[in-house]
Amino acid sequence: MSKYNKANDLEITPEIIKEHGFKQEEYGNILKILKRRPTYVELGIFSAMWSEHCSYKHSKPTLKKFPHKGKYVIQGPGENAGIIDTGTDMAVAFKIESHNHPSAVEPFQGAATGVGGILRDVFTMGARPIASLNSLRFGSLESANTHRLLPGVVSGIAFYGNCIGVPTVAGETVFEDAYEDNCLVNAMTIGIVEKKKIIKARASGLGNSVMYIGAMTGRDGIHGATFASAELSEETAENRSSVQVADPFMEKLLLEATLELIDEKVMVGIQDMGAAGLTSSSTEMAFRGNVGMEIDMDKVPQREKGMNAYEIMLSESQERMLLVAKKGKEKQVEKILNKWGLHAVVIGKIIKKQNVIVREKGEIVADIPIEPLADSGHPFFPLKHQKGVKPAYLKDINIKKSEIKEPEDLEAVLKKLMGSPNIASKSNIWEQYDHMVQTNTVTLPGSDAAVIDVKDRDFMIATSVDCNGRYVYLDPFRGGQIAMAESARNVSCSGAEPVAFTNCLNFGNPEDPEIFWQFEKSVEGMSDAAKALKTPVISGNVSFYNEGPKGAIYPTPTVGMVGYITGSEKRYCKQFFRDNNDVILLIGETLEEIGASEYLKEVHGLIKGPVPDINMKKEALVQKTCRDAVKKGLIKSAHDVSKGGLAVALSECCVTGTLHGEKAVGAFVELQSDLRQDALLFGETQSRIIVTAQREKVAALKKLAVKNRVIISEIGKVGGSRLIINVDWASRKNPKKINLGIDEITEIWSKGVNKYV
Amino acid sequence: MVKFGVVVFPGSNCDKDCLWAAGDVMGEKADFIWHESKDINKYDVIILPGGFSYGDYLRSGAIARFSKVMDSVQKFAVKKNKLVIGICNGFQILLEAGLLPGAMLHNKNLKFICKYINMRVENNNTPFTGECTKGQVIRIPIAHGEGNYFCDEKTLNSLIENDQVVFRYCDEKGGVNEVSNPNGALYNIAGIMNKKGNVMGLMPHPERAMKKELGSTDGNFIFESIVTHVKKYL
Repeated sequence: MSKYNKANDLEITPEIIKEHGFKQEEYGNILKILKRRPTYVELGIFSAMWSEHCSYKHSKPTLKKFPHKGKYVIQGPGENAGIIDTGTDMAVAFKIESHNHPSAVEPFQGAATGVGGILRDVFTMGARPIASLNSLRFGSLESANTHRLLPGVVSGIAFYGNCIGVPTVAGETVFEDAYEDNCLVNAMTIGIVEKKKIIKARASGLGNSVMYIGAMTGRDGIHGATFASAELSEETAENRSSVQVADPFMEKLLLEATLELIDEKVMVGIQDMGAAGLTSSSTEMAFRGNVGMEIDMDKVPQREKGMNAYEIMLSESQERMLLVAKKGKEKQVEKILNKWGLHAVVIGKIIKKQNVIVREKGEIVADIPIEPLADSGHPFFPLKHQKGVKPAYLKDINIKKSEIKEPEDLEAVLKKLMGSPNIASKSNIWEQYDHMVQTNTVTLPGSDAAVIDVKDRDFMIATSVDCNGRYVYLDPFRGGQIAMAESARNVSCSGAEPVAFTNCLNFGNPEDPEIFWQFEKSVEGMSDAAKALKTPVISGNVSFYNEGPKGAIYPTPTVGMVGYITGSEKRYCKQFFRDNNDVILLIGETLEEIGASEYLKEVHGLIKGPVPDINMKKEALVQKTCRDAVKKGLIKSAHDVSKGGLAVALSECCVTGTLHGEKAVGAFVELQSDLRQDALLFGETQSRIIVTAQREKVAALKKLAVKNRVIISEIGKVGGSRLIINVDWASRKNPKKINLGIDEITEIWSKGVNKYV
Repeated sequence: MVKFGVVVFPGSNCDKDCLWAAGDVMGEKADFIWHESKDINKYDVIILPGGFSYGDYLRSGAIARFSKVMDSVQKFAVKKNKLVIGICNGFQILLEAGLLPGAMLHNKNLKFICKYINMRVENNNTPFTGECTKGQVIRIPIAHGEGNYFCDEKTLNSLIENDQVVFRYCDEKGGVNEVSNPNGALYNIAGIMNKKGNVMGLMPHPERAMKKELGSTDGNFIFESIVTHVKKYL
């Protein structure tokens, strides 16, 4: 019997109030809203709806800073998922969401249900999911906890995505001590929908039937939303009942049935029962439609015996949806669900009074006005106007370059970086994901961005998820800018124009003013970059309270960028070098920056700033130049320079063709610069892209760069079986160079992480 | 036109890809067949596609083989001698249904594997490989967790003697060895057929290798072979 199986007229003691996560003032407001003492069920409903996870009470005022309008936006934040136009009859729906805490406790089920949840968010808009991505963060690759979490999370994602038949096309996996006790599992899904078939999570039509479809309700995941809204502690492991169990087969049936319901035009709205299950889906749908909803617990299909209204309303059993049928279409809804071996049950109706009314055994056990539950503008809604304070740790956070010794052996540094956890190949991870099903994946995982073809239409989708949490930790504003810039740059490297993004804002406890400062500043940085790149946010999720016993994670506002390759020719570009004698060029320029780099961490053991500078105007122009060059057919490859700097990016250009069935190829590069050699080779200056072109096209390419007011320089050529980077420079006292066999680099890069997976 | 029927089980997820390969790429006629259908005789070829029929709960293909359409597929294959090809989960279903001998174990590394591999054409005298040359290396993706083919020694010997082994995992140059075996399959088996040669199962996905942009066009060899065969003999 669960601890929530209590009488509904239970006396509400201070302990019970505390257990539900209410501050005294919030409980006072409940009394004012109801003008009476709440029932036990009502307390549970308030607790879930006012949890951070559902209410965004700490983040809402800050999130207003993001741009969320633009010529492509059909649906901005506030729905199951956002939607953008493609200029054809089709639209693209996407969203990213976190499942951090469940994954930290039970990695397999936690990650699997995370994938399931985000898929439902997309197909409840009427969109067929065509691609999934993920962004994962763990502690050290050497730690025992990572060895438990990593295989669990990866196989959980694989289990769900592979079974449902949606390709997992891109992602990132980062290892950093700050995530040791609180891993991050962010899952993103993209779907496509005919514009005329878009459907929303909105209830309407007085007297219309509210129907329940999908799996039966059990006691799993009760108070999952509240669980997600507290820090992880030693006792967290005992919270296993807060983690749900995944059934991707059920979801596959639900997916097909839902899309058929939309085709047959039998419903007015549908919402996934995600966080806070029946509570949030009923309340939010009614709120968006300015109506009320009455639901009967006795009609809800139940998997377990003796469940009470509290448990049913708060359960987060997976693969369930709530829909509002069109008048008289209930039988048709049932018929379609039956075809897929599923059931549809009428559990309530739309009412005029804007309350959510819950009945159990004929009696009303909850009757709450919807506005204060769901409207952040309501005076009793627990919106927090927090003030941030600049964290103390930022005081002495920057290195003095003069105190960092330049390494003697540059080859050793490159080898070390190529095998380091955040740079080495992750192929043993993504080969566990079916990334080819649906036969649209034209650029595979392990690339800057994945490219997904859309058959029978003149566009393709390029997408990338990115965030360098270390940058954000060291400089939240600039780190936020760079997260945006890099995800957009990845998309631009494929030749696609970044159109809009979704974000998953992972932070520690927002009640801590220093954490809140990180949150505010990084949102400001991201917004600044989003405006410069003309990419609005259309959906997202905030995940606070990512803390373990040793403190908060690095602030990690993950960006999921989506862009389009348009035109009937569908010109796109991959990142690896192709043919001998192709000319290698660098778009952008290298500055003397080594702060916050992978090099500084791996070689000098320092996590210190300054974070590389970024000029968003310049960034936008560099990206435009690359896109224009792809469109005009001037270049054969494009790869952005990020972790590990220029030398690592060049190495990646040499070796990543092997992932696409091509041969690894060498290169000869000469870098003419009087910068420090470590900065030149391994510094992470932003706004740089390595491209290759046939000799005959170089002049046109340079002309294009000049037109866009962007620096471009010829730095070498493709060929041979070695990567030679010459930094011999006449004026240098201490000339050195890198000269490594491609086979050796490939070997180091292939094994660094894969040997652990 | 050759008429392909692609069976849709609850949980099939390569059904649309097979329809696209046979219909859009090959330009033949291709329809879905719902798993409750019985009348499939109008088709020339039945494809059992990949996916996770019935969630692959219990064991891959173990439940799907009891679906209504499988009675018809049995008759279609055994009595009418028409072509049936099972891809990935479809192969697993053919094994469970007893239309092909042997069974699938979990991959040797116990993980799902999705990647391009090479397989060698062992027998090009089949309806499924007529357009291939013997010993040809085909580059094609796999995507499965249970593709480690197994059978007893007697069965293996009879498969070999009767030329029923159609494809074996190999390296780029056609060398069949342990390194080129992605999942631990016995004798590097990637695909086999029945004695009569009208039912074939294979783990790799030809429907995913139909276009240069997807990484390979080698899947066309298999689809073209089927089309040529049907047009010639039926």
